[in-house]
Formats: sequence, structure tokens, C-alpha cells
Amino acid sequence: MNFPENLKYSEEHEWVRVEGDVCYIGITDFAQKELGDIVYVDIDCLNADLDLGEIFGTVEAVKTVSDLFMPISGKIIEINKKLVTTPETVNKDAYGEAWMVKVAITKPEELAKLMDSAAYTQKVS
Amino acid sequence: MKKVPLNDLHEKIGAKMVDFAGFYMPVRYSSDKEEHFAVRESVGVFDVSHMGEFVIKGEKALDLIQYVTSNDASKLINGKAQYSCLPNETGGIVDDLLVYKIADNHYFLVVNASNIDKDWNWISRWNKEKGFNAQMENVSDKMSLLAVQGPKALLTLQKLTKVNLSEIEYYSFNVGEIAGVNDVIISATGYTGAGGFELYVKNEDVEKIWNAVFEAGKEFNIQPIGLGARDTLRLEMGFCLYGNDIDDTTSPLEGGLGWITKFTKDFVNAENIKKQKETGVSRKLVAFEIAEKGIPRSHYAIENAQGEKIGEVTSGTMSPSLNRGIGMGYVKTEYSTLGSEIFINIRDKKYASKVEKLPFFKK
Repeated sequence: MNFPENLKYSEEHEWVRVEGDVCYIGITDFAQKELGDIVYVDIDCLNADLDLGEIFGTVEAVKTVSDLFMPISGKIIEINKKLVTTPETVNKDAYGEAWMVKVAITKPEELAKLMDSAAYTQKVS
Repeated sequence: MKKVPLNDLHEKIGAKMVDFAGFYMPVRYSSDKEEHFAVRESVGVFDVSHMGEFVIKGEKALDLIQYVTSNDASKLINGKAQYSCLPNETGGIVDDLLVYKIADNHYFLVVNASNIDKDWNWISRWNKEKGFNAQMENVSDKMSLLAVQGPKALLTLQKLTKVNLSEIEYYSFNVGEIAGVNDVIISATGYTGAGGFELYVKNEDVEKIWNAVFEAGKEFNIQPIGLGARDTLRLEMGFCLYGNDIDDTTSPLEGGLGWITKFTKDFVNAENIKKQKETGVSRKLVAFEIAEKGIPRSHYAIENAQGEKIGEVTSGTMSPSLNRGIGMGYVKTEYSTLGSEIFINIRDKKYASKVEKLPFFKK
């Protein structure tokens, strides 16, 4: 499994890619593999201000539903609409095309609490 | 937790193993969807050795089976199998099962893994209380079960046996040699609606058969199939899963099992079930699909147009064949007729749906 060095990782298996004061959020390779074929991504929180740990959507595999938790606090400024029609992208390209939300970071200090690639690798192995 | 005899083999070929009914079982080898389509379009093999098997023999074997099951086992002839259920005394179902007639005074029952002890104790109790005194043997730990399912299952298995498989009708079986192993129950049954066979073999022979089947199925790109795809395949056919769609509290009539409930004989709680048939049931198991993006899941509320709860989903999934959410659940009887408008509450959003005819997947 692949956990890129340039990303940060949450306990709930989301990844965060920081670009200045915004970031992209998705689920990790480990998460997609555990869930199996992703058949539905349900995110409906555009413009919402969400706190760390709040649910921003759900991802459904054939047999399971999993909530998606905010790995940091922020305002949802964009939702990846492509995942509605092609949810399988999450299985194919978890870190690239399958980003789920773009977020304006409101509490940058929270980034320090996220894991780096090495720590996350250890957690899931 | 118990392990099936081929546990190490499954792990070696990459199965994700999960706890299911007290067994460590393969849930997925590659992808639920790919495995699903392998069975629908070609051939796949399930190791379902967790299932329980009881042998019932003796002069009163049939009398015992007739008393504990709802279907009419006297209709069975040698080489035929029957779907049935074990009604309890309080209106519910102890388990659903298959009854095989091997020979006169010799039957083979196949039960759900999660209910092996419960069923054994239940049948033993009536065997004693009613004085049938049939010989009973629980062979669950000695037997393995491979389900070879799909349109290419017959061509795959025919390479391994002299038994003419095309002559075995649905819900019939033959005890014969396959892949050099004697006394295998080759049964034209399954839980997928894709056709194929189930092979009951002794634990010591299962690896030999598994390997031979995969060798024979190579040209059809035969695949190992996990419990994940087993569930989507059975739900597309509308087959009940014990513990989800039927249980100790659902009556056979509520669960749509009236067709295997025969009042031509006496059985546990027959009087009350018969009364229920006359007065009618208050809820019924129905099938539905969702046209929009939305996947029903067990325990989601089923509502009417006014938003009142009228029932609950018992099984739900994304149908790989239909690419839509499908499900089953109990609703108040007045909403159970075909075409009735119902709504599924999915995370507080209402999805319009209507009661449909089974199976969801038609060949």
C-alpha cells in the first residue's frame, strides 16, 4: 500500500494535502482497500463550516457505509462532483482524482496533530 | 473462532478474512463486484464449509423431519432436496435449511453456521419428546462444502466426473465420484441464482477437489468468491438470509415462506401458523429498489408518503447487475401489495420506492 510523503493522515483514515491556506481531503489507500468496491460517495456540505471530527459525508461500499470525518476544521469550498458519477475512482486513484472536498483551513494549528506517512504506515501495518 | 479446512489456502491466495457466524471466513479475494460478475457470467467457487450438516437416520427419521420442518418432506424421493424451515413454538423461525433424501430412512439436513448448536438442540429435543428416537449425527465438523456457481459451472465440473451433470435437475443431487474422490454429494442447488452445483465432501478431500475444480475451470477464468459477493448474488434473487430477513421473531408467512409451509401434516406450532394464515399477518417481507442514487441498508426505516414509519429494511445493498440500490424489509400488510408506494429513509433523506416482484435480477 502506498502512503505518499507529501500528505498528512488522520486516525479515521483520511488524507490531507495542504496547499497554502486550503487543503484537499480524501480517504487513504488503506481505507479504500478495507471497504472494497466504492459504489457511492455522498457529500452534501458545500459552504458548511465544520469542526475537526464532524461528519462531512459518507462513502458506501457494496456492503458497508462509512462516515467521513473532518481531519481538521474548515469551510468546505468545493466538492468533487465527479465522484457522484464515478465512485470507483476512489478505488483506482485514492490520492489523486478521488479527492473529496477542498477546504479553507480555519485552524492551521490542528495540522500538527495529524500523522505523517511513516506514523500512518505504522498505524495500519 | 473456528477455521475451515482450507483456511490457509484462502489466506495464501489473498482473501480478506472476517469473523462470520463464529468462523474465520473469506469475505473477498479481489473485488466484490468482480467476484459477483464472475459468478453471473462464468464460474466461481465459494468455500462455505462453515455450514452445518446433520444426518438423520432410522425408521422414524421422516416422522421427525416432518414434525420439526414446515415443508412436506414426504414428497421427497431419493436424490431430491427441499428448502424448508424449522418453526419455533412462538411464531418465529429457528432456522431455514435444506432437507436431502439420501435413501429411505436416511436424510441429510443443511443448516446455517450461526445456528448449528441451536438447531441441533431443537431437533434433538423433539426427537426425544415425541419419541421418534431417530439416529442423529452432527457431521458439521467433518464436512466441507464448495459451491461451484455460474453458467460455466457444469462444463467445469463435467471434466471431473462421469456422473452426467446435465441430468441433475434443480434441487436434485447424485452421490458419486468427482476428481477421484468418492461419495461426494453433487447437488444442483446454490444461493446465487446463477446455476451450478454444491459439493459436500469430507474435510480430508476438500483440497483435492478445490484444486481440481480450479484447474478444470481455468479456461473459464474461474475465480474464488467471498461472502461479500455471496450476499449481493443472493439479494439480487431475493433469497432470505437468516438473521437478517427471517429470525426467531418472524413467522414463515410474514417472511414470504408460505410456499414451504404445508398444513397437510402436523408440525411444531402448525395450529397457530394456520390461524395466522386465516386471520392474516400484520406485516410482510417485501422487495424494493431505489431509482435514484441511494443504497438501502438493514435497519433503515421504511415510511409512507406521510413520513410515518411503516417498517424496516432487513437487507440492502448496491446491486452490481442492476447498478441500483435494492433491498428487502418488513412493512405493514396494507403497504405490501406490488406497486405500493414506500419511502426509504437513508440518513434522514427520503428515497421514493415501490414494492416489487422478485427476483430483482432476471436472466
